Amino acid sequence: MLRNRTVGNGLTFLTYLLTFIIFFPIFWMVLTSFKTEAVAFDYPPKLVFTPTLSNWNIALFETGFFKSLRNTLLIVAGSTSLALILGIPAAYALAYYPGKRADFTLTWLISTRMLPPVGVIVPLFIIFRDTGLRDTHLGMIIIYCAMNLPLVVWMMRSFFLDVPYEILEAGRIDGVSLWQEFRFIAIPLVTPGLFATALLCMIFSWNEFFFAFNLTVTDAAPLSVYISSFKTAEGLFWAKMSAGATAAVLPVVIAGWFAQRQLVKGLTMGAVK
Amino acid sequence: MSQASVLSGTVPEQERPKSVLPSLRRLLTTPALVFMIIVTQVPLLFTIAYSLQRWNLLRPQRRGFVGLDNFPRVLQEPSFWTIIRNTMTLTLSVVIITLVLGMILALLLNRTFPGRGIIRTMLITPFLIMPTVSAVLWKNVLFNPAFGLIGSAFALAGLPRPDILAHEPMIAVIIIIVWEWTPFMMLILLAGLQSLDMERVEAAQIDGADLIQIFRHILIPHLMRYIELAVLMEMLFILSVFGEIFVTTTGGPGIQTTNLSFGIYIEAFQRWDIGQASAMGIYAIILANVMLVVFIRVLRRGQDEGITT
Repeated sequence: MLRNRTVGNGLTFLTYLLTFIIFFPIFWMVLTSFKTEAVAFDYPPKLVFTPTLSNWNIALFETGFFKSLRNTLLIVAGSTSLALILGIPAAYALAYYPGKRADFTLTWLISTRMLPPVGVIVPLFIIFRDTGLRDTHLGMIIIYCAMNLPLVVWMMRSFFLDVPYEILEAGRIDGVSLWQEFRFIAIPLVTPGLFATALLCMIFSWNEFFFAFNLTVTDAAPLSVYISSFKTAEGLFWAKMSAGATAAVLPVVIAGWFAQRQLVKGLTMGAVK
Repeated sequence: MSQASVLSGTVPEQERPKSVLPSLRRLLTTPALVFMIIVTQVPLLFTIAYSLQRWNLLRPQRRGFVGLDNFPRVLQEPSFWTIIRNTMTLTLSVVIITLVLGMILALLLNRTFPGRGIIRTMLITPFLIMPTVSAVLWKNVLFNPAFGLIGSAFALAGLPRPDILAHEPMIAVIIIIVWEWTPFMMLILLAGLQSLDMERVEAAQIDGADLIQIFRHILIPHLMRYIELAVLMEMLFILSVFGEIFVTTTGGPGIQTTNLSFGIYIEAFQRWDIGQASAMGIYAIILANVMLVVFIRVLRRGQDEGITT
């Protein structure tokens, strides 16, 4: 018994230790953002110092941060809404009124998600250049909508299937129209799932870099592209860089913390609950 | 009857007139499907078409149809094979390391201990962080040889400061991506562990099975489905890694850390060779599919053996 407790305490300690190591870079980034540039380069590295907001001020207000944030917000909101508008009716039909080709449709949707982005980037670049979609919000909204649409269909379908059949059946016996069934019976029952799905779309499009980097220049460049410009700021502006980086990830990290339970479902297209 | 049909994913259709159904179905699914065909399949056809052309955007007047010539031309370049080797090294190392680390963390988290919720939240955070932020953070604040945290830790221990990005660039890239993807493995394996019937484990313990036997004969067979899923998904994402490499090493030194994604980017948007880049894109799609098929086979076989022994 005593031995069991010692082993248990040891395992708990090991868990804390590993978590400390894995989380430390993030902790250090946040900490660095409150240092002065001089303190950020101190040796040995300082844990205790007088915090300053001056680098947050510079990172947020004296750089292109807000312009990129605005682009990210527009693209994320637009692509998520479009994916939901297109995806929810399809998921609804595939859940409640599947035809013979429903399985094929679902598999095909997944296969589009598995397509390596480099397999289509060259034609997308050329099409975008020739149609004027390059470096526009609309162009990025279209790309991210396509990236998230399979996820929306798969997840929303699994949420629709979780609705107890008796409820739908009762409605149909009462003679509700299809629209009423959708709007007043099904949608209220899947609202939590709907929010989780939207949240995941937001996380994926917020963090995406490859398409954003190749299909935008300045006008529509989102935060992920803005942050990548720090790759050459080596050695000089760590505190400012840390402040910008912390601000850029904060909304998604918080959203992800709240959506933890749905995260697994979303990452596996609803295969694991 | 109704319960069973809901579980199997089909709902009886007789409540609505049969003649309405096909048109209804079409009305609801067509917008999404047409959108996906235009945005994903049309570019794919264009990639195939471009791969059959000699087309450099810097010399557009020389554009012309060359049939399959681009495909052997790509294979004849020694750099292409280095790129393939880098892609495989990166993908396989990351998948194997994250699988082991993710398993350890999932087993540790599948217990009751104080602060479990907070620990779980902290552990998933690297996965939520934008890849370009992770890359910028590791490159500067951690790996920088003169001022970085890892260098300082070495110096405090009386050792010389290592310049990991310069001397072992591939290992540096692998470390960053492992850090980002370990939470993903952990989350899915943890979901698998939590779906395990603990009575089976207890029954085995009563029968005198030790921990290793329980791990091999109960845990692993049960988790196989989750492992398969997690590895498949992760592999597809790691094959397409781009941001981390672009930010930290720009594919270098030389092409030491150039993977297929980055190689195609260079071919298309630095050398502007649309034909050759498209042929490489086709190879990338083939490689993704081959890796998937091989992997599923290996896993299925392991799974069967695991159950029979």
